[in-house]
Amino acid sequence: MSDDTNGYELSLLELDGEELKFRAGETLYEVAQRRNKDVPTLCYDPRLEAFGACRLCVVEVDGIRNPVASCTTKAQAGMVVRTKTEALEKHRKTLMELVVSENPEATIDPLRGMASQELGVLAERYGADGSRFQGKHSGSSRPDDPNPMIGRDYDHCISCYRCVRVCAEQEGDYAISIKNRGFGTQITVEFDGFLSDSACTFCGQCVQTCPTGALNDLRARKHEDTPGELEATRSICPYCGVGCSVDIMTKEDTVVAVRPAMDGPANEGALCVKGQFGWEWIQNPERLTKPLVRKGGKGGELVEATWEEALERAAQGFAQVRDTHGRHAVYAVASGRAPHESAYSVQKFIRAGFMSNLVDNCSRA
Amino acid sequence: MSNPLADMELPDVIFCIGTNMTETHPVAATRLKKAMRRGAKLIVADPRRIPLAQKADVYLPLRVGSDVALLGAMAHVIVREGLVDREFIEARTEDYEAMSQHVTKFTPEWAESISGVPARDIEAAAILYGKAERGAIYYTLGITEHICGVDNVQSLCNLVLMTGNIGREGTGINPMRGQNNIQGAGDCGALPNNYPGFQPVSDPANQAKFKAAWGVEVDLEPGMTKVRALEACGDGIQAMLICGENTVVSDPDRKHCEHALRSLEHLVVIDIFLTETAALADVVLPAAAWGETDGVFANTERRPQRVRQAVPPMGEAKPDWWIIAQIAQRLGAPGFEWESAKDVFNELCSVSETYAGLDWDLVAEGRHHWPVPEKGHPGTPVLHVGEFLRGRGLFKTPEYRDPAETVDDEYPVWLTTGRRLAHYHTRTMTGRSVGTQFLVPEELVEVHPDDVRDWKLEDGGFAVMASRRGEILVKVKATKQSPRGTVFCSFSFGDVPVNTLTGSGYDPLTDTAELKVCTVNIEAASTAPA
Repeated sequence: MSDDTNGYELSLLELDGEELKFRAGETLYEVAQRRNKDVPTLCYDPRLEAFGACRLCVVEVDGIRNPVASCTTKAQAGMVVRTKTEALEKHRKTLMELVVSENPEATIDPLRGMASQELGVLAERYGADGSRFQGKHSGSSRPDDPNPMIGRDYDHCISCYRCVRVCAEQEGDYAISIKNRGFGTQITVEFDGFLSDSACTFCGQCVQTCPTGALNDLRARKHEDTPGELEATRSICPYCGVGCSVDIMTKEDTVVAVRPAMDGPANEGALCVKGQFGWEWIQNPERLTKPLVRKGGKGGELVEATWEEALERAAQGFAQVRDTHGRHAVYAVASGRAPHESAYSVQKFIRAGFMSNLVDNCSRA
Repeated sequence: MSNPLADMELPDVIFCIGTNMTETHPVAATRLKKAMRRGAKLIVADPRRIPLAQKADVYLPLRVGSDVALLGAMAHVIVREGLVDREFIEARTEDYEAMSQHVTKFTPEWAESISGVPARDIEAAAILYGKAERGAIYYTLGITEHICGVDNVQSLCNLVLMTGNIGREGTGINPMRGQNNIQGAGDCGALPNNYPGFQPVSDPANQAKFKAAWGVEVDLEPGMTKVRALEACGDGIQAMLICGENTVVSDPDRKHCEHALRSLEHLVVIDIFLTETAALADVVLPAAAWGETDGVFANTERRPQRVRQAVPPMGEAKPDWWIIAQIAQRLGAPGFEWESAKDVFNELCSVSETYAGLDWDLVAEGRHHWPVPEKGHPGTPVLHVGEFLRGRGLFKTPEYRDPAETVDDEYPVWLTTGRRLAHYHTRTMTGRSVGTQFLVPEELVEVHPDDVRDWKLEDGGFAVMASRRGEILVKVKATKQSPRGTVFCSFSFGDVPVNTLTGSGYDPLTDTAELKVCTVNIEAASTAPA
């Protein structure tokens, strides 16, 4: 039954007046996403099992009296589906007003996390300012948690459980749990303790999926007042050999955060504590910023020099050893941390410069 | 790795040995956890009760350095139980008979006497792996950093070949590379025996090929490994260029290493910080760091991917390739007229068979696994499909050997070393990041609580730990993660230089240091460090 040209089943449904093929098992939300329909969500993360909690993704289906959550409804042959009607938009507006009423009025800095603007964007779109329903809030913040990586501002929590689910389904760590229900809902960890005393590994996945900034990147937030537009540069994590894709977040010439890339082939949106939070060394004041040369012989001091002086001294030293002891007296060690261009240059330096193979990298120790 | 990372979600039996994957390769471990949620079984062999061991269906707590005995016994059981893949063995391998004869003496009971792992657990693991439809092996430096590292790998290869768990999705023998671009350093020919693309230097055809490319005739004789070069410092070797490695802290036997570098006439170090190694140099050249330079990293699944400049280099720092080209040009060496990282990478592709089908633009999205032999080739996610590089897969017959040092009255405790989740290598990076430093602010020697009691140590107190090469002062942490009689330290903290203690021996074929085993004694320290 499959249509070999595009991999979709031949089954058809009608979506906003358009006949569409769909794959067995696809949800209405996935079909709508494929057609770039603007169906709002708050509890949805494409990597997680559909949850159907926020109800914003409701659509109308002919023959079903009430709107259904498109994220949990499987497409069926012959369905007639509408994703945007006046009634749906009114329903969504009411839902947004309920959600926003739970949250204190606050501007959420985008440095808090990748998804942190989702609630704010939808609130603006539906004109929901929280004034219509006023009353109880769920979730109490944990400013007492001393960890310097993950902020826990549960006052902003809307109980979408994305953090709970990403920790369980993606990370397999099950560190985040839920206490109570309704207005008593509290996202927490075992024994209501600090993250560092729980099963949390500080991978940052909860921070990056949180749609309100309730869980947030405290390292990045140090740069809330750093001037400049927030920009992303795609790169690869500099730590282990997995090769996770990341975005280096910058404001002008300052690195302000690192975020996982959802489309990274090796990591598919995951990172660990080092990749997520271990980047501040880049612009550490202890970095070497000028060449150094040793003055006054072997016992002398390393002092700052110009590039010209340092390069000349480096080259002369190699030339002198080559001329005195022969070309086999020169050795080079390449880094397993630096890029290809570094390692390639080092081995060519030895092979083209000294016609020997006296080169290695740091893989043996 | 023979297979891509995505394959980690596919095996029905996973065998992890010598890999603390949840701490050293956490994102890869998340894939294994997913496989297990889908019903895959997990076998873990590790001296320490690491987090992965706690998730295992069968846990094999072997004594450090006894891998050949354990793996030989698993092969023994697989033969005995008739779980070998006859069809695969006949079609694709040679010397099976020699191997199956060889392992007859590796009974599980004998292996128990060497490794301490109960014979019944060795049998259970062997039968589980032997029956797997898709069995996949993962290992890290716990296999290779031994005097018998090659024997360990060959023992694993025997298991893979006898069960046909290679050349297919969700199977394979998969070393997890520890550093972001250690795969790339090898790919680029920073090895004493190979040109870029693993082309042997001893082959005259390769010599001619690179003479045509570079205009220089390079020796046919392979160079020496870094281990040997450090031994030759001040003797045969008088000048050294060290690029981005903190040799003094990361290599075994720190005293020897410092002495070696001090005895050079000329030492040039390229790095981003004034490391312990850079501090010994005659010339220190400041390198542009990650985030400040363009380039390529190849990950553990042989996937070259681009890193990109996001900010300008700090101060006057420059990319490594620029610095090296400047020195080379001043020495009159030909072929260093590059203007960009792209020029360098494209030159690599032009001389490497494994990268022949790639260029700077093609690796922009990191879609290929090498080898990519020609333009238009889709890459090679799974190695050894249909045929091995040498034709048939060769069984080997490794014998068990004791580690270079074994416990005795003077040094009665096994020390093994490794990494922790929050830190990386010598902490030049994680030691300068607030979060990682918060999680693990100091080095701790991990000791079983009963040993803490018996050895009259104190949890949180200081101890003097000594080997034949030196001694260190270190804080004690009582934890059941360490087995009785074996203690663990990372090598990350310069102020607790564990590599003062290690360095008991090297693998005779690869010169890889036995960083996973040495023997020590531990006594409570009378004073805390000043």
